[in-house]
Amino acid sequence: MTVYLVRRVLQALLVVLAMSLIVFIGVYAIGDPVEILISPDADQIERERAVQALGLDLPLWQQYAVFLTKALQGDLGRSFVYNEPALKLILQRMPATLELAFGATIIALIIGLPLGLYAGLRPDGRVSRVIMAGSILGFSLPTFWVGLMLIMVFAVYLGWLPSTGRGDTGTLLGLQWSFLTWDGIRHMTMPAINLALFKISLVIRLTRAGVRETMLMDYVKFARAKGLSPARVTFVHVFKNILIPVVTVVGLELGSTIAFSVVTESVFAWPGMGKLIIDSINVLDRPVIVAYLMMIVLMFIAINLIVDLTYSMLDPRVRLESKGT
Amino acid sequence: MTGKLRKLALAASTAIIGLSAQGAVAQSVTMAVAAPVTSLDPHYHQLSPNNAVADTIFDKLVNTDAKSNNLPGLALSWRAVEANVWEFKLRPNVRFHNGNPFTAEDVAFTLQRLPNVPNSPSSFAAYSRPIQAIEIVDPLTIRFRTAAPHPLMPLDMTNVRILDRETHQNATTEDFNAGRAAIGTGPYRVVSHRSGDRIEFERNDNYWGDRAAFQRVIYRMITNDAARTAALLAGDVEFIDQVPTSDLAKLRQDNRIALSETVGLRLIFLGLDHLRPANENSPFITDNDGKPLGRNPLQDVRVRRALSIAIDRKAIVDRVMEGAAVPAGQFLPEGVYTHVPGVTPPPFDPDGARRLLAEAGYPQGFRIQLNGPNDRYVNDARIIQAVGQMWTRIGVRTTVEAQPWTTFVGRAGRADFSAHLIGWGSNPDGSHPLRNILATQTREKGWGSSNRGRYSNPRLDALLDQSLVELDEAKRVQLVIEAQRIAAEDVAVIPLHIQTNIWGMRRHLAHDARNDELTRAQDVRPAAR
Amino acid sequence: MSDAVISAKPADKVETPFRRFVSEFAESKVALGALVVFIIIALLAIFAPWITPQNPYDLAELDIMDGRREPGTVGGAGFTYWLGTDDQGRDMLSGIIYGLRISLTVGAGSALIACLIGASLGLLAAYAGGRTDSVIMRLVDLQLSFPTILAALMILAFLGKGIMNVVIALVLVEWAYYARTVRGTALVERRREYIEAAQCLALPTHRVLFGHLLPNCLPPLIVVGTMQVARAIALEATLSFLGLGVPITEPSLGLLIANGYEYMLSGKYWISFYPGIALLITIVAINLVGDQLRDVLNPRLKK
Repeated sequence: MTVYLVRRVLQALLVVLAMSLIVFIGVYAIGDPVEILISPDADQIERERAVQALGLDLPLWQQYAVFLTKALQGDLGRSFVYNEPALKLILQRMPATLELAFGATIIALIIGLPLGLYAGLRPDGRVSRVIMAGSILGFSLPTFWVGLMLIMVFAVYLGWLPSTGRGDTGTLLGLQWSFLTWDGIRHMTMPAINLALFKISLVIRLTRAGVRETMLMDYVKFARAKGLSPARVTFVHVFKNILIPVVTVVGLELGSTIAFSVVTESVFAWPGMGKLIIDSINVLDRPVIVAYLMMIVLMFIAINLIVDLTYSMLDPRVRLESKGT
Repeated sequence: MTGKLRKLALAASTAIIGLSAQGAVAQSVTMAVAAPVTSLDPHYHQLSPNNAVADTIFDKLVNTDAKSNNLPGLALSWRAVEANVWEFKLRPNVRFHNGNPFTAEDVAFTLQRLPNVPNSPSSFAAYSRPIQAIEIVDPLTIRFRTAAPHPLMPLDMTNVRILDRETHQNATTEDFNAGRAAIGTGPYRVVSHRSGDRIEFERNDNYWGDRAAFQRVIYRMITNDAARTAALLAGDVEFIDQVPTSDLAKLRQDNRIALSETVGLRLIFLGLDHLRPANENSPFITDNDGKPLGRNPLQDVRVRRALSIAIDRKAIVDRVMEGAAVPAGQFLPEGVYTHVPGVTPPPFDPDGARRLLAEAGYPQGFRIQLNGPNDRYVNDARIIQAVGQMWTRIGVRTTVEAQPWTTFVGRAGRADFSAHLIGWGSNPDGSHPLRNILATQTREKGWGSSNRGRYSNPRLDALLDQSLVELDEAKRVQLVIEAQRIAAEDVAVIPLHIQTNIWGMRRHLAHDARNDELTRAQDVRPAAR
Repeated sequence: MSDAVISAKPADKVETPFRRFVSEFAESKVALGALVVFIIIALLAIFAPWITPQNPYDLAELDIMDGRREPGTVGGAGFTYWLGTDDQGRDMLSGIIYGLRISLTVGAGSALIACLIGASLGLLAAYAGGRTDSVIMRLVDLQLSFPTILAALMILAFLGKGIMNVVIALVLVEWAYYARTVRGTALVERRREYIEAAQCLALPTHRVLFGHLLPNCLPPLIVVGTMQVARAIALEATLSFLGLGVPITEPSLGLLIANGYEYMLSGKYWISFYPGIALLITIVAINLVGDQLRDVLNPRLKK
């Protein structure tokens, strides 16, 4: 087990290294940050000065070497745009994104589980068909379009919710959180729903599929034959069984939500990491892109590790050691 | 349930808007701008949104009015006392937000700081570079000595926000961003700053100039166009800039909304390949069968003129820009002192264009690709498609490719394209586009750094050279106008239109539209009743 | 497959697995209807140049003076714009039919290629284990954490604009989902008796992989697959929204929606609304077919 974990950590480091290298080469290929950042009326001397100030005059491999040396000392570089440490910028924006992602996930579970359960128990019912057809809406309409529709209906026409922005925040653990204030929650509602749409569909579909399979299992048939009430069969036997895959997938989804709620954050002017990364990509703010993606890849590795560990605990046939050899 | 929610929403929204609904007693205003402010350090990054905010917090020696005319700022007057020496008389009794007095020391400190801001991706150093020596005559008089006569000194000074030596000696960009060092002499002081999200301002009641209208200003950044308009319609913000042209028609009809607009200083134009000589291929031009042409037709002024008069500028302005622009035949709009009199937007003449093409030896036309950005200028991708339609109609079969600015700008800078759409936000002096776009690329002079078509014309260069050292303003303006006329006659670039700058606001507000596009808190006030 | 369904008359012939599959599929009227709709959409897309009144990709046929016309107006070219026109004077009906082409190519193409690559790698990872598994799964980690937008920008920088390049960008992003799904299922399946039996018979690896392991991993793969087709189409729309998608003169449904998006607030709903409806119908049809396929193919749902 320990050997296994050590191996995984080493692999993680390799992956992070690979990520930083890819981003370095990728950004270099896309364009020159100075061309984008510099004032159009800057003359050649000023352009050369800026290239030098940002360390972009060195050959790419030297730039990478400088980056690695500093990274080993815990310095991931300063943003070209904000002149602040990249890591600090990312951490500043993190709470906004985290609470949005968790909010969306909770909404997805609250709405998706009961609907999926119902659709799975009565697969041929009229309501179930409507639910299933509706669930397709969740991932077929582009997020930006749904986002604007939400704003138009609930903010412009009905005036129930604020259109954009983060609103008031409360302080917890020294960080600013929206969910601590009523105004903050109101601001969070629409973006969270926007972000949840895809997940709701996913949960409905997973739950329904799981329920349908489980209902045909021998132990469920046996429980029903024993004369247990349908409610008890459903909620104790079936539900417990399907929760594991649902939670696994939703957990994995949470990862991508945290990493890339780019569109939702732009449409709702939500000052989170997603907005930071798209803004940074647009101006090729390499230090921020590199730091951000290194962090995200670590997060995904951690999530996948947890999933693998869970698999092995749930199903002893999938032994971790087998992969080491 | 709905009733209750509605009431809550109402309560909350009034809380946001404050008392502004009552107009006359308005104490605060919430504004939303399209472009994010990246720093509160006025010398870190030369970028319009940063400059707008800097103008709210700081002052310059020479301020500018809404039409970009020079106004006394922290300097009361200025003149060239010798050919190489400019003298600025400073405004007495001005204090920074923290109470420190403003003196000539601060001006000297500021000019020394310009080239020394660490990691600056686009510094203001160019404005202090001509100055060889600074001489403080007395606390309220300062002199700048230059190597050669420098008639543009006052114009340069409209870009330099003045800091306090005592406060800012060791201030870093981070200190400014955190608000600690964002201390100027301007009409508003910074209360808080959440990077990329919002800045809160409070009125500087000791301001030397006109008192700003609002006690408090919330300055938000909403980059998504549709969301910004929606926020205005929903009443979450009371004022927005860069109103999308697609929303103009609707907003004009909405009696809750007022617009303020003025013709700006940003020309949208097509740059052409002047780099490849007449007997070489241009990268994106082929004959009608897609084979190399063996020559660069854009070197022929008749072809350039044909491409220019093939464009129905009025149609683009009416249909694509929805009226938010004026057709143009040169860089600056009418009414600006360096506007070239008599150079009008080229008339739409497809038959004439076909004739010119035939004369130039292309009776069957040729194929060309028109490149452009799709996220930089108002309706950029739509404009190049419209131009593509028009060129195709005169026999120049055009394909159109739009890409993000990130990948576009580098290639344009390397002169990779045959024809490309780009914009130029000018200052009101014609020397600005001349130097940067039309002059021959010359590193030593700092010329042509944005000359992406590599246009080169010795006559134009000579006139520009003269104008840059001509201290007699009338003569200088004449030289600048003549140089621009040459470029227009030679179709160095194909001007399309000059954008109109448009702001949208709730009815209870009024705003002085600026032609330099800056969205400044002090320009917003309650509407007269 | 479409021919098979159409030609399948209620069979009193010999029952083969294929015939059983067809009759089981046809049990659901909804799925059958969806299949018919999908076939119609596919036919429209294939025969677009012969049905549409305008070639929306030919700039010479467009006129900005006919831009943003309301549905039902008669245009300069003499035919009626039944669904209105967009900002360039592109007939929306023609644009949508051509757009279906692009969207289906991009969606189905990228899903198919990604599925092939992803499923193979996932199977290999699960079957081979050890170092192979580690390498593949870390690649998956890397890929999942790489933003689509950056990937698309990089491809744009390396390869330029074009529909195939959008497909490549989407494949690059999507294969990891398939790989992860297949590996998860395959890990469980490979320990089952039938695989061990196959291994005991010393069957070649590729036969064990594709002949025995893969079929048993199909149900989840189809679920992911049909969802990913939809997701790919929507993702392409998002890329177009961000200016990284298909060329502007050859709009997909997604790009049409993105283009019209800006006009939603001003009441010119048709530019965005009709392509949206077309996209919705397409995706619903694909998914209903996919759902039924999964149910029919899932051995565990057999009563």
